[in-house]
Amino acid sequence: MSVVRVEGVRKSYGALEVLKGVSMQVERGEVVAIIGRSGSGKSTLLRCLNGLEPIQAGRIEVAGHTLDSTGKGLRDLRKDVGIVFQSYNLFPHLKVGENIMLAPRVVLGCSRAEARARAEQTLAQVGLAEKIEAWPDNLSGGQAQRVAIARSLAMQPKVMLFDEVTSALDPELTGEVLATLEGLAQAGMTMLLVTHEMAFARRVAHRTVFMHQGLLHEEGPSEALFSAPQTAELRQFLSGGLK
Amino acid sequence: MIREFGTSELWFVVSSARWTLALTLIALGLGGVLGFVIALARVSRLAPLRWLAAGWIGLVQGVPVLMLLFLSYYGLSLAGLDLPPLVAAGISLSFYASGFLGEIWRGCIQSVPWQQWEASAALALSRAQQYRYVVLPQAVRIAVPPTVGFIVQLVKNTSIVSIIGVVELARAGHLVNNATFQPMRVFCVVALVYFCICWPISLAARWLERRMHVGRAG
Repeated sequence: MSVVRVEGVRKSYGALEVLKGVSMQVERGEVVAIIGRSGSGKSTLLRCLNGLEPIQAGRIEVAGHTLDSTGKGLRDLRKDVGIVFQSYNLFPHLKVGENIMLAPRVVLGCSRAEARARAEQTLAQVGLAEKIEAWPDNLSGGQAQRVAIARSLAMQPKVMLFDEVTSALDPELTGEVLATLEGLAQAGMTMLLVTHEMAFARRVAHRTVFMHQGLLHEEGPSEALFSAPQTAELRQFLSGGLK
Repeated sequence: MIREFGTSELWFVVSSARWTLALTLIALGLGGVLGFVIALARVSRLAPLRWLAAGWIGLVQGVPVLMLLFLSYYGLSLAGLDLPPLVAAGISLSFYASGFLGEIWRGCIQSVPWQQWEASAALALSRAQQYRYVVLPQAVRIAVPPTVGFIVQLVKNTSIVSIIGVVELARAGHLVNNATFQPMRVFCVVALVYFCICWPISLAARWLERRMHVGRAG
């Protein structure tokens, strides 16, 4: 059954329509990569999924919560949907452990011990157990991004969204973050990734969606989509220098 | 008859600094609370609150402290409310502080990067929780230097209340000078006392700034 259901979603910034009626579904445990040019609406679509961008028309259902243009029920939805950003956005005034413990404690009402246990567990999951007392400013970009992933995981979300999480990293640091994502995928997490890492999308994502001018232009199983693109736009995109 | 500038005159000047300190603390306490509310209103999602706060800030900043003082002392007494000079002084300085602190702190809240709002919203924190756990702790660090700068100004600006007869540090110096006619000595002492109040405040601010940045780069 579908964990994510998007129906006819439209989104505009003023006169500029960024999403022109997007529909898609994601099954439980599925890993879906969203690719496309800058400005194709892929990041916007992801941000709409947890209500960071209000939509003008259509309907979004994620993990049993429904979002429409009224924006009600937002906080309940966000408890079940984690998002990781390109720029990590760790809280600089809190140590790594506190960064992770904050939301479980104040949003879910976990005890300090329970929140601490979640922090230890999710940090171990991203391979940074020893950094629990570190300050965010003292982490490398790759480490900061893995902490951001752990922070999201500590809420025990049903769906994880990744918005170009390796785009701000030096090439030698992207590997460690991608390995973390791959581990999550193998553990059965439902994931949507906006990415420019085509090789990664092809290898790890079960399905890839190509967005073009605010619409889903082509989609299919990753291997098939990358090896035999059906539309001229996707062929051009894949051969057109964007690695 | 001209008096000497002796021990009792010196003590009179130095001890009247307590009113300077008292007025500073009152203005900082009341003005700080009001200023905090105004800063929050200034960044509220409700437009009328924002306008109200902006209006208040504009009014207080656009009017000399002296006029606030005259209005609360003479103005209110005309309206039948006869305030003792010290109370009128406290009120007007509190209003003055609220307008400036409100604007300073508004800037500090807004200089916390918007991504911090977004990241905390994505973790399902409510607006109040975002303020309490994410935005305000960061804004406080940013707020220390400009707030201390303002407090030092406030200490010195309390001298203005001498005009309605509150005998604080500046007024005491004035009175002693009238009796002794030794302006250099008297006002050097007055200046020194102001310095002894303001300098430690600046030092404390620097210490506080260092302390709050322990473990953080930049």
